[in-house]
Amino acid sequence: MNDPLWSIFVNACLINNFVLAYFLGICPFLGVSGKLATATRMGGAVTFVMLVSSSCAFGIHQLLTAIDAPYLKLISFIAVIASTVQLVEMFIKKVSPALFRALGIFLPLITTNCAILGLALFQTNKGYNFLQCIVYALGAGIGFTLALVLMAGLRERLELATVPDVVRGTALTLMLAGLLSLAFMGFAGLGA
Amino acid sequence: MSGKLPISTTSGTDEFVKGLWRDNPVFVQVLGMCPVLAVSNTARNALAMGLATLFVLLMSNIVISSLRRFIPKQVRIATYILIIATFVTVVDYVIQAISLDLHKALGAFISLIVVNCLILGRAEAFASKNSVARSILDGLGMGVGFTFALLCLGAVREILGAGSLFGIELFHEGYQDWVVMILPSGGFFTLAAWLLVFNWAKQRKELTKEERAAAAAASARLEVLR
Repeated sequence: MNDPLWSIFVNACLINNFVLAYFLGICPFLGVSGKLATATRMGGAVTFVMLVSSSCAFGIHQLLTAIDAPYLKLISFIAVIASTVQLVEMFIKKVSPALFRALGIFLPLITTNCAILGLALFQTNKGYNFLQCIVYALGAGIGFTLALVLMAGLRERLELATVPDVVRGTALTLMLAGLLSLAFMGFAGLGA
Repeated sequence: MSGKLPISTTSGTDEFVKGLWRDNPVFVQVLGMCPVLAVSNTARNALAMGLATLFVLLMSNIVISSLRRFIPKQVRIATYILIIATFVTVVDYVIQAISLDLHKALGAFISLIVVNCLILGRAEAFASKNSVARSILDGLGMGVGFTFALLCLGAVREILGAGSLFGIELFHEGYQDWVVMILPSGGFFTLAAWLLVFNWAKQRKELTKEERAAAAAASARLEVLR
């Protein structure tokens, strides 16, 4: 694939937004989007893990192709993601204990965020080179953060609104997500 | 979420039935949302995804439950994920062998069963603490409940969005497709609608229970007056 870098970025970030178009990472999207501050931090952590695991996954894919063992792809990807998250956790704990406390339980939960594994699988399917992988990961991470922050803003406003009892909770959040997803469809014309 | 369920005090049939309705993984526990929304654009995809998840859930429950005394506590999550990933790889190759079309339609979402929180959740909350037989029943119940929920979504989206069910045309030619139902936002809307129906049913049930209690109290008071 010879997509230009800007097109890869816009594609991952807006047109095929990981949350709103591919439905990846819905669990943190529904779970962490209650407050704007946590949403921003979660987005930052996910973007970082995406960048690291994406470059690791690129290396692993090269290695597995070299030794001709494609059936190990899934297992090695998930192992790499789990250890990356562990590494990031230890690193943040050492460098900035304040940030570590702020992220709390969300940090280890990134392991089971399907957006990360999805990213690793998509980039190998598309056959991107290393630089393209990095840009793709960056776009996906920023897109995830964008969706999370938009959602958190909407939900903070809705806290004050009066809605029927039946709608409260997940149903309302899903309807909002549907509307956001409709809005993001407007970006469809942007890409090459 | 399901950690608060009473363990080993329920009967075998109850282990199976609870996943179908009372603790339905999608409608009640809201777990495993990603595949539910992503591949429910047609009933066929939904059914295939549901069955694949059912298989992985069942097999990983069996293996984890039989190994539960040998898995060290510190590395249990990593072990569970490796066991689950093994079965997902099996399913991936099996689907590829059965139907290449289906494999293309489901795409990366077959591999993504690995990170379905439902499966890891059942491993952690149930299979690691219960006997093999109970884990089988639990896996079957949850899996069937998951498939049922996926079918509910898939059927609605296919009927409205394409005017067909399992590829069979339902309406005459003048039917205007609701394209939005096939698109990603339709997934969100349909799931929200199903959750509304469930909430409404639950609220009604509680309301009638309260009304009955109030009526009983009133008649009791009448008895006393007499």
